[in-house]
Amino acid sequence: MKKYMIHLNSKRCIACHGCEVHCKVNKNLPVGPFLCDISSTPLKMIGGVPRTEITFSTCRHCDDPLCVPVCPTNAMIQRADGIVYIDQEKCIGCMACQKACPWSIPVQNPDDGKAVKCDFCMDRLDAGLKPACIAKCTTHALQLVALEVV
Amino acid sequence: MKKSVYSICGMCTVRCPIRVESEDNKITWIEGNPHLLGGALCAKGTAGIALLNDDERPQQPLIRVGARGAGRWREASWDEALDYVAGKLAAIKEQYGPESVVLSSRGGPWQQMYKAFIHAFGSPNYTNHDCTCGRNTHHASLSINGVGRKGFAYDIKNAKHLVLFGRDMFSALRIAENHQTLDMLDKGGRLTYVDVRQTTTGTKATRFFQVRPGTDYALALGVIHQVIKKGYYDKDFLEQFVTGFDELCTFVEEYTPAWAAKECGVKEKDIIAFVEEIGADRPNVIFHPGWNLARYSDSFYASRAMHILNVLMGNIEMKGGLFIPKGAGDCGKKGIRSIDCAKPDIKRGDGVGWEYPHFEKGPGLAHLFFKHMMSEDPYPIKAWIAMRHDPFSGMPDPEQQKLAMDKCDLLVSIDTNYSEFGWYSDIILPESTYLERDNFIVQQKGLKPRLALRRRAVDPKYDTKASWEIFTALAHRLGLEETFPFKTIEELWAWQLEPTGYTMADFEEKGYVELADSPVFYDREKLASQFKTPSGKIELVSEKLTKAGFPSLKPFESPQAPEKGMLRLISGKVAVHTQGHTINNPLLSELMPTNTAWIHSKNAKKLGIESGDLLELSSADKSYHATVAAHVTDHVHPEAVFTAHGFGKEIPRQTRSFLAGVSDQKLMIGKLDDWDQAGGGVNLCQVFVYVKKSIRNTKRRIAL
Ligand code: SF4
Ligand code: SF4
Ligand code: SF4
Repeated sequence: MKKYMIHLNSKRCIACHGCEVHCKVNKNLPVGPFLCDISSTPLKMIGGVPRTEITFSTCRHCDDPLCVPVCPTNAMIQRADGIVYIDQEKCIGCMACQKACPWSIPVQNPDDGKAVKCDFCMDRLDAGLKPACIAKCTTHALQLVALEVV
Repeated sequence: MKKSVYSICGMCTVRCPIRVESEDNKITWIEGNPHLLGGALCAKGTAGIALLNDDERPQQPLIRVGARGAGRWREASWDEALDYVAGKLAAIKEQYGPESVVLSSRGGPWQQMYKAFIHAFGSPNYTNHDCTCGRNTHHASLSINGVGRKGFAYDIKNAKHLVLFGRDMFSALRIAENHQTLDMLDKGGRLTYVDVRQTTTGTKATRFFQVRPGTDYALALGVIHQVIKKGYYDKDFLEQFVTGFDELCTFVEEYTPAWAAKECGVKEKDIIAFVEEIGADRPNVIFHPGWNLARYSDSFYASRAMHILNVLMGNIEMKGGLFIPKGAGDCGKKGIRSIDCAKPDIKRGDGVGWEYPHFEKGPGLAHLFFKHMMSEDPYPIKAWIAMRHDPFSGMPDPEQQKLAMDKCDLLVSIDTNYSEFGWYSDIILPESTYLERDNFIVQQKGLKPRLALRRRAVDPKYDTKASWEIFTALAHRLGLEETFPFKTIEELWAWQLEPTGYTMADFEEKGYVELADSPVFYDREKLASQFKTPSGKIELVSEKLTKAGFPSLKPFESPQAPEKGMLRLISGKVAVHTQGHTINNPLLSELMPTNTAWIHSKNAKKLGIESGDLLELSSADKSYHATVAAHVTDHVHPEAVFTAHGFGKEIPRQTRSFLAGVSDQKLMIGKLDDWDQAGGGVNLCQVFVYVKKSIRNTKRRIAL
């Protein structure tokens, strides 16, 4: 079985926020929700140069996801390969998942009131393509890591 | 139906190669061309979809019904609008002569068509935005190398050291060049960055000089001094290809690293250590001579100094250095045909070529039109057509520009978006977005030159047209069919390709046609013929400059310090916006809806403000004010206040960007006349503004 992770090579990342937009455009999301986030720490002198530390964050696709059991309609699903996703047909927008998630990852889509979150772009993965954020990262700083879990 | 087309991005003027997927005429995916960029695209490129779907752009031709700038419009059909423009142009030509019409556009590969149109009409007055961008660099390169700034390109990937003076390349975002720089760093290369504040580019640097605003030239002189003193230059190259080295040696004698350190506010030992690094890394050290160097009154000389450093490194026409971009002829191939029309032999209306004989005529200098328009010398200007160019957002002091524009009988804006100029104009001809329009084929020069083109991915959503359609339709109404003989874009492509032997089918596989299989370099021994100077050599001292009354090696003058209560206004770029073009884009405005003012913590303390508090920025004559949040940091020079360019727009139909942030251009009162006499660029960073704590920071609560 495969387990996926997204790795940010922070030496190449230039905090251009491209990935955030690549993600939401691919998911056809309106102004409001973001499914991933680039953040940079305030500048700090290191070796004579003011530097920042950049991190990329999105859903952790937890091994034991707290968001899954709380969903009253079983819309939050964990796939065999570990991807945690929301079945949009079943979601009623109660946002119980958001409250259960330690990082409040699921967000509400103002277009239909339903919850949305990173699903690793599983439609693309299943078609042999890379997730949107990785495929289009401006500097190829984002990488898909597929761990073989036995 | 699913479709995939290769095209060229139009969200900024870098024009990255892209691939666009659509289904039933709706865009589903945009990515960087996989063959060239491996899919990489920036936030702006992806947000092209939001531009296409934005209903806050002009959706059909608009004719002004109220006073100029009042924002009262009536919708018109294309036929009526084109007849209106053609009729007015014909009447102006009849009464004042064809030269009384100016056409301005953005620079770049497609300007040929606009230029051909205005020349065919009979006017020499084509101009572009370059006076607020690369003119100083261009003229600096011409004065030394005999070729303009596009006469060299940079093999950054294979360099060992890249030196950037205020060129924030990771915010300006040319993706292919960014990849090259990151690849160079991955291979252990060095990046030295010089700026008055820290930027994204600076955070990747191996060495950073935060200099006093206006002292780039001083730093470069100190470096030249030390390079010569240590003998870190290519003696053979100088002997073979360069004149004026002795004069340079004498000139830089006094400009020691200790002197430069004092002027710039950096450490002498850091300059010396930097020169040791380039001593070790040469010849593969690239001093980028600047992109937009329309900044200080000595930016032309700063750029010359960077060019001189490249010459000293002896890095020309080699791997990991500068190279001369190659075209079809260099690959033993025939080039494409281009729409063209010779420039009428009439004096330019901006004075370039006669009042200012030392500037290259080319696009002239847009800012110099205004004073000539006011005095009607050498003739009155009666119409200004702005082709995707916004003079009011790009050049200083729009109110002063309006005085000159008011002398015109016709102001036309051809643009995808409403611009500040468009809002003031008489008629807006809405151009289709880059995703909805085709354009003619262009040659992209380089080590491996290419032919490429922009292709329409979907049909226009609104009643808009491609620029080639607009200019062809106007040309046909004005009897200029000889220059614009074609009726369809297919006819135009076929005519362009005819001499080359290629057909449109050759673009199918990758979206471009590569003219060489491997990088083309010239024989270094035979370089001499490449420098188009009077002597055929690289000239560190230019007779042409001397004749025009300018020194080639100009003594440094210390920049003025701001008066009490004022700071020097510095503007720059951010990665998520293209100047003023994108600030109303729904997805980009979501990332950055307004700009802020960067202010040094010492100044913030004096003003009693913290990050997030409101600051008021006022022009020197207090005729323009704007209130923005402060970004307090140690990493901006205490003499400067920095803000991102492009904000502070006042176009009500653009609800997201209406009055958001501060406009740097509106703060530049009287600055149309403050320009680099030797280089021609506008001095965009020679502006002082009042900065104070805004009274709008009140903590009182009055509302219920
Ligand atoms: S697109 Fe790539 S380079 Fe840009 S912020 Fe995201 S991870 Fe970083
Ligand atoms: S939404 Fe939260 S709890 Fe659920 S998998 Fe993602 S990170 Fe874990
Ligand atoms: S994997 Fe897909 S859904 Fe998840 S953050 Fe990246 S683009 Fe968004």
